[in-house]
Amino acid sequence: MFPASRAPTLLGRMVRNRWLYFMLLPGLLYFLLFKYWPMYGILIAFKDYQPFLGFWDSPFVGLKHFERLFNDPNFIVLFRNTLVLAMLNILFFFPLPIVIALMLNELRHHLFKRTIQTLVYIPHFMSWVVVVGIAYIFLTTEGGIVNDLLVYFGWEKINFLASNEWFRTIVTAEVIWKETGWGTIIFLAALSGVDPQLYEAARMDGANRLRQLWHITLPAIRSTIIILLILRLGNFLDTGFEQIFLMLNAMNREVGEVFDTYVYSVGISQGQYSFSTAVGLFKSLIGLVLVVVANHLAKRFGEEGIY
Amino acid sequence: MPIKPSVGSRVFDVLNIMLLTVFAMLTVLPFVYVIAGSFATQKELLLRGFILFPTEFTLDAYKYIFSTPTLVKSLLVTIYITVFGTLINIFLTCLMAYPLARRDMDFRKPILMLIVFTMLFSGGMIPTFLVVKQLGMINTYWSLLIPGAISAFNLIIIRNFFQQLPESLEESAKIDGCNDLSVFFRIVLPLSMPAIATFSLFYAVGHWNTYFSAVLYINDNTKWPIQVLLRQFVILASGGIGDSTAMESDYVSPPEQSIKMAVIVVSTLPILLVYPFLQKHFAKGVLLGSVKG
Repeated sequence: MFPASRAPTLLGRMVRNRWLYFMLLPGLLYFLLFKYWPMYGILIAFKDYQPFLGFWDSPFVGLKHFERLFNDPNFIVLFRNTLVLAMLNILFFFPLPIVIALMLNELRHHLFKRTIQTLVYIPHFMSWVVVVGIAYIFLTTEGGIVNDLLVYFGWEKINFLASNEWFRTIVTAEVIWKETGWGTIIFLAALSGVDPQLYEAARMDGANRLRQLWHITLPAIRSTIIILLILRLGNFLDTGFEQIFLMLNAMNREVGEVFDTYVYSVGISQGQYSFSTAVGLFKSLIGLVLVVVANHLAKRFGEEGIY
Repeated sequence: MPIKPSVGSRVFDVLNIMLLTVFAMLTVLPFVYVIAGSFATQKELLLRGFILFPTEFTLDAYKYIFSTPTLVKSLLVTIYITVFGTLINIFLTCLMAYPLARRDMDFRKPILMLIVFTMLFSGGMIPTFLVVKQLGMINTYWSLLIPGAISAFNLIIIRNFFQQLPESLEESAKIDGCNDLSVFFRIVLPLSMPAIATFSLFYAVGHWNTYFSAVLYINDNTKWPIQVLLRQFVILASGGIGDSTAMESDYVSPPEQSIKMAVIVVSTLPILLVYPFLQKHFAKGVLLGSVKG
């Protein structure tokens, strides 16, 4: 007679599970209101949205806003900036947590390992405002320690925070500082599942530490690396919106303005809802295509993929 | 039989320890410098540069910022949002995760698909803003509490956690006369405390660090959470922390370094103090996430 819920009909099961449906209700409502309603709202990208006319009565204009975007001289700049920051992120930030996790994994002293881990996780819990704030305190020309040092060694002050040359370096360095330590967690979790006998066997065969790393440890986290890379690609164009928004100023806009910040300034600050929705939609669609392609490729190469 | 480590292996260890120590130092020192600086006098900061221990210890910076009404107010706002918001998050997330974890539940696959899809594609900033506006949440704290009430990612991990609980427990509870609701509250939730603690921390960090949604949804600067105030103060370097009307417009003399540092410390330390207590659960939580349901 068990399990009790194997009622013959769907209706019978639904009556039996009525409390479960009841529990599901608030969550469903949440997703419909705050996730699916905005998706429906994307339609304003194809309209000339006017607040006093409302969503329905605003005139339909087809692809006008997309044409405007593609003909906009800003488009190339936005695309370039977004792409460059995303590439820098994958090239310089993505491998680092893997390297640090591998190094941590080689530590035998347990307490030392725990201490290092505790320390390097800390910045992850800071907000971007705090991280950018600390960067400002270090880099400002008015009493910032980095510029003081430059002067001390006889060089000239550099206006790091208001220059096109330094923007990308600083943004990437901030990401590395904030997230590298935290990024190791998932790889360490994957590494904790490796069978120690594999190392024993490798040692018997005369493999040194580096060879063990290459032939046992690295293959053990291969699928984790690939899954995270796919996820990364999916968010490829999300260049850390809060961070960029906070780092932007009139002096570095030329290299710093990305799709997300542009959507904000055109949409919220200037009230061009329809056009900025079109910009956002364009970006999301590319992101979606990237995930699908990356996932397909992963499966092609015999990995699991994310769905 | 343990083999005596070779010379090469020893060199490897020493190098490894050194490099990791340097990395950990680089990670922590900037923040330590900010903490030290917040206790130093402006004169010492200018004269000595990088200090990790101020010779003249002073609480002036803290006395100043806590004497201002804006900072205290925004701290209170942030505490309110963090506590209340996290409660909402955890309650709604667990409440939805449980039915989806039950194998005898119909429609759970399609509902999960709907949820996963929101992780891949979203309406974006403007349509979400318009929904929040239409619901009349602009300039209310609801706009910081409700639109992010459930994280799809956390929901799926918690669901996987619930799914691992032995089914026999629920079945025996039912024989004893529990319905699904009481099974959830009296058996499933108490058994899930480690997971709940971890996700509470993650949600709490999110609320404590709330910045951009406040910029979007809260125009009234007396309602700003601490992170928005921090930005005005440290990044835009507009003075007048004591006077909320002078915030955006007038440029008062830029605040001293030590005061900026003190604001950073005050806006960061509370959440950092919670984290060591929950650290041991992280790895488990992340590992759960990698188990596919």
